[in-house]
Amino acid sequence: MIALLKRDLKLALRSGGGFGLSLAFFLIVVMFVPFGVGPNSATLALIAPGILWVGALLASLLSLDRVFQLDFEDGTLDLMATSPLPLEGVVAIKALTHWLTTGLPLSLAAPVLGALLSLPNDAFLWMFVSLLIGTPALSFLGAFGAAITVGLKRGGLLLSLLVLPLYIPSLIFGAQSVTLIMEGLDNATAFALSAAISLLSFAIVPFAAAYAIKVNIR
Amino acid sequence: MPDLGQYSGPVLSAYAVSTVLIVVVTALSLWRAAKVKKQLAKIEKRHKDNG
Amino acid sequence: MRLTDRVLPVVTVLSVGALLVGLIWGFFFTPDDYKQGSTVKIIYLHVPSALMAINAWLMMFVASLIWLIRRHHVSALAARAAAPIGVTMTLIALFTGAIWGQPMWGTYWAWDPRLTSFMILFVFYLGYIALWAAIEDQDTAADLTSVLCLVGSIFALLSRYAVNFWNQGLHQGASLSVDSAQPVDNVFRYPLFVSMAGFMFLFVALVLLRTRTEIRSRRMAALIARERSA
Repeated sequence: MIALLKRDLKLALRSGGGFGLSLAFFLIVVMFVPFGVGPNSATLALIAPGILWVGALLASLLSLDRVFQLDFEDGTLDLMATSPLPLEGVVAIKALTHWLTTGLPLSLAAPVLGALLSLPNDAFLWMFVSLLIGTPALSFLGAFGAAITVGLKRGGLLLSLLVLPLYIPSLIFGAQSVTLIMEGLDNATAFALSAAISLLSFAIVPFAAAYAIKVNIR
Repeated sequence: MPDLGQYSGPVLSAYAVSTVLIVVVTALSLWRAAKVKKQLAKIEKRHKDNG
Repeated sequence: MRLTDRVLPVVTVLSVGALLVGLIWGFFFTPDDYKQGSTVKIIYLHVPSALMAINAWLMMFVASLIWLIRRHHVSALAARAAAPIGVTMTLIALFTGAIWGQPMWGTYWAWDPRLTSFMILFVFYLGYIALWAAIEDQDTAADLTSVLCLVGSIFALLSRYAVNFWNQGLHQGASLSVDSAQPVDNVFRYPLFVSMAGFMFLFVALVLLRTRTEIRSRRMAALIARERSA
């Protein structure tokens, strides 16, 4: 399994692997918000956590269709399905790879981009942690969507339609865990629930996605 | 028509929208049912004739 | 099929009857509400449709489970058949809710937990219907949409709680929901029950009709495939 992780990481980090693309997209989306909403710092500060979360979520979506697609197309996925390695493990590794190359970098970038949106300095750490514990859910749920649509040509848009509703709880709790702190309120519940959703996704998705892959490679 | 007072607009449009949506989904379902039934009958007849 | 041949007309009559009775009773023969005026009449559409929107998804959940476990084709087809009805019910709930909201809250839309949850449900329905449409092989489609429905149900439920949390955080305690814990007076309650029955029978009738169509469609596809290979 470690070998699979290393291989997928290498593939993802190669040029065209989508690694830099997600970060660039994140930057662009964040830049666009002041253009759309106006440069008023007070307004931006208010919506910064939400915007950063939405931006990270959309950027995460970008590289999802690559999670299984390439291996599906060249038959590697069939090999993986028949190998002694459980398909659930394969799914988990691929979701983890996606997180390491998307969620993690985005979490690190968020405070920096937060400065562009007048995010208060003492919310920087919260923003990072909020995304850090919330983005695993995005990667795992995204992998589920990718597994369902892996057999489809041009399944990208459908993938988004299927996955985005699943992201709603993560988005709400994730953004709230920063907004509440900014308002001086207690954010423990939001944080705990955000983490819980990530754990839940980690628990459910490998099984659901493995089933979907088996169906698709039949 | 009962006296709906100042709310006649909202109440009537609520009923109108609901009616339209129900009629549309029912009509579409009926239309598709009839179409498929006819097509199936045609194919089944063809099968029977060809034995 | 023969069972539904006999059941469908009965259910249709029941649904038309209950709908007419409930709505006519509610619309013409009930008084205005002290606070809400004549807009209370919208309740006979809003509550039943909202209820059916949820029930339709629940039925799809159960049907998907049965398909995955027992592989009864009718189950998968019934789930597929129910989705468009569920979507329509959700739309009715959303529109009547918004139309009711304008005179009551002064705005067509408010991110009130209930309305928001229905908006989310609407999007879940869309995804489900889109997935059925996107896959050619019927058995594959049945499998994938079933898994989607199951996972989706979990997250739809989570969204409900997330939305309650989210809304509460911003508008502390403001219960904008019109059909909240206020006890519905007797005079409104009975036509409402009849109306709810009407909507339910309508749902059942339409799902039966559509499932029969799906079964015929599948039979047709099988015959055509046999022709081609013969």
